[in-house]
Amino acid sequence: MIREITHSKAVNEAIAEEMRRDERVIVIGEDVAEAGTPFKILSGLVEEFGTERVLDTPIAEPGFMGMAVGAAMTGLRPVVDLMFGDFLYLVMDQLCNQAAKTHYMSGGKLKVPLVLRTNLGATRRSGAQHSQSLHALVAHIPGLKVALPSSAYEAKGLLKSAIRDDNPVVIFEDKLSYQDKAPVPEGEYLVPFGEANVLREGRDVTLVGTSSMVQVCSRAAELLEEDGISAEVIDPRTLVPLDEGTILDSLRKTSRAIIVDEGHRNFGVTAEIAARISEKAFYHLDAPVIRMGAMDVPVPFSPVLEDLTVPTPEAVAANAGKICRGELVHAP
Amino acid sequence: MPKHGNNTEHYMRMYRQMVRIRTFEDQANQLYLTARMPGLTHMYSGQEAVAVGICEALTDDDHITSTHRGHGHCVAKGADYNAMFCELLGKEEGYCRGKGGSMHIADQGHGNLGANAIVGGSTGIATGAALSAKLLGTGSVTVCFFGDGATAQGLWYEVMNMAALWRLPVIYACENNGYSEYTATAEVAAGSITARAEAFGIEAHRVDGQDVLAVNELAQSLVGRARKGEGPFFIELETYRFHGHHVGDINREYYRSKEEEADWKQNRDPIRIFGGWLEDQNIAGPDELDAIKTEIEASAEAAVAYALEAKYPDPDEVDMHVYSGIDHALPYIDGARA
Repeated sequence: MIREITHSKAVNEAIAEEMRRDERVIVIGEDVAEAGTPFKILSGLVEEFGTERVLDTPIAEPGFMGMAVGAAMTGLRPVVDLMFGDFLYLVMDQLCNQAAKTHYMSGGKLKVPLVLRTNLGATRRSGAQHSQSLHALVAHIPGLKVALPSSAYEAKGLLKSAIRDDNPVVIFEDKLSYQDKAPVPEGEYLVPFGEANVLREGRDVTLVGTSSMVQVCSRAAELLEEDGISAEVIDPRTLVPLDEGTILDSLRKTSRAIIVDEGHRNFGVTAEIAARISEKAFYHLDAPVIRMGAMDVPVPFSPVLEDLTVPTPEAVAANAGKICRGELVHAP
Repeated sequence: MPKHGNNTEHYMRMYRQMVRIRTFEDQANQLYLTARMPGLTHMYSGQEAVAVGICEALTDDDHITSTHRGHGHCVAKGADYNAMFCELLGKEEGYCRGKGGSMHIADQGHGNLGANAIVGGSTGIATGAALSAKLLGTGSVTVCFFGDGATAQGLWYEVMNMAALWRLPVIYACENNGYSEYTATAEVAAGSITARAEAFGIEAHRVDGQDVLAVNELAQSLVGRARKGEGPFFIELETYRFHGHHVGDINREYYRSKEEEADWKQNRDPIRIFGGWLEDQNIAGPDELDAIKTEIEASAEAAVAYALEAKYPDPDEVDMHVYSGIDHALPYIDGARA
């Protein structure tokens, strides 16, 4: 029987295996050494690899991000730990103006093989500055690759691929799922970028879910099954590159789609995927493509309010039911 | 070990490199004024002793990071005229295949990790390169060039802290030309510049940036010490940009007087100062110095002519080099299967 490990353990294993394989791989960030990060994801690494390869930095996100860019340009392969995805705003210049553009601006001469690991996800009662899902910001920037693991299996396989990639990769882990377990092989494996995972096949509606929303879509599909609606569930696994083919193939079969992502709905990932479907498979559609994202408000602290901001399986199933019955989700 | 001993060959090479920078900039300015160069550019003229004095203390295995005013660093680190002018004109044979332009020239072969159009934006990259050198044991030193304007950026303080904590082989070279774009730095910088580095326990120096011998002597010493693990170091180099912030900044009396500019050009031109010293020491006569200038001007004119005739990149290149290992980015990001 295949073992089950947590998402957190999967990340730890991926980094440890890659650090054993390639001595150029280092970890850099705040409280990554003895503390093993506040989520205890990196516990044990400094004991095995020492403080030269597991570098505890001051609280200076732009600083260590910038240093990682320079280190990556000159022979190291840094895995940067950004404690919360919300801190992306602090590192945007170094990530988007420097890391993302260096290869292009140098005409292909310089490379920036680095991984920025961070997280997303609300409902942890952490307030507006520790709860955001900001992957759309970086998916907008050419030169970056963006991965969104939805389980321990993806977390390990995508991270190992990211560390071996010669480009800057931003990988967002769902902080609510760090303790969730999934089957993960004992042996070596990679999850390639640009290959979506079809978790469940269906006929009536396609549910595209990312990261934390994959479980929401899977649960919605179970609810829909009870109503006799057959939903297909797709996890793109990476946004850049995006496996359009799998999504469009599914849509051509089901003729209906709902895109569910925990980033803010407006101008976000759901809009991008919905737009591509309408551009490339419009005549296969029997219903408007529906976007479901985090409510377009700062994430509130009060649990009663916070829970309203994130798509739920019930809400996804309700919208899917409507479009399958020919009802409008948005009143004219 | 210094690359050169204090001998005639070393002095003459530094003189030639300074003239090569000035000549490059004069040609670039002409390309702009005659509307043959796309965009605009920032002239290094007046600051030549800084780039040359420092880069002559480095080897090709040592790294530099450069700035928007970066042609001088690029030439001083060993770059070739043809590939530089081709880059300025957006041609395929440019250092970056025309994709970078004046503000992004990188010349990896000579250790130039690139100019940077974000003021202070390369301080992290330089410090990271020094981290690589330390962890990989390469023995190389990184010089981070930046201006007085960049001392207002927060990133520099963050990375100085880490450089000092981890004793990284990086030298922060602040070229204080007195102006942060169109504003006198004295109006926008409180306190002392060197004290900023000293606050982190970093050994700080001030040197006359118009005196190539003084700059080079200090750089030789600090590079050698950084190589032995005694870094990081900070140098404030007092210098002056002869042109405006960029080539189009012509009417600038609202922030800088013509008298001040004339005084620096007349009395503190680093090439004139060093040329005078070479003559005083009987190392070179005026005829020899003139001949060097004439020869370099001819080579610059030839390089400009070459670049003007050179081929532009194929349109096919527009989505190449976005991702390493991916020929064309556009089909790739949409998930095209190989």
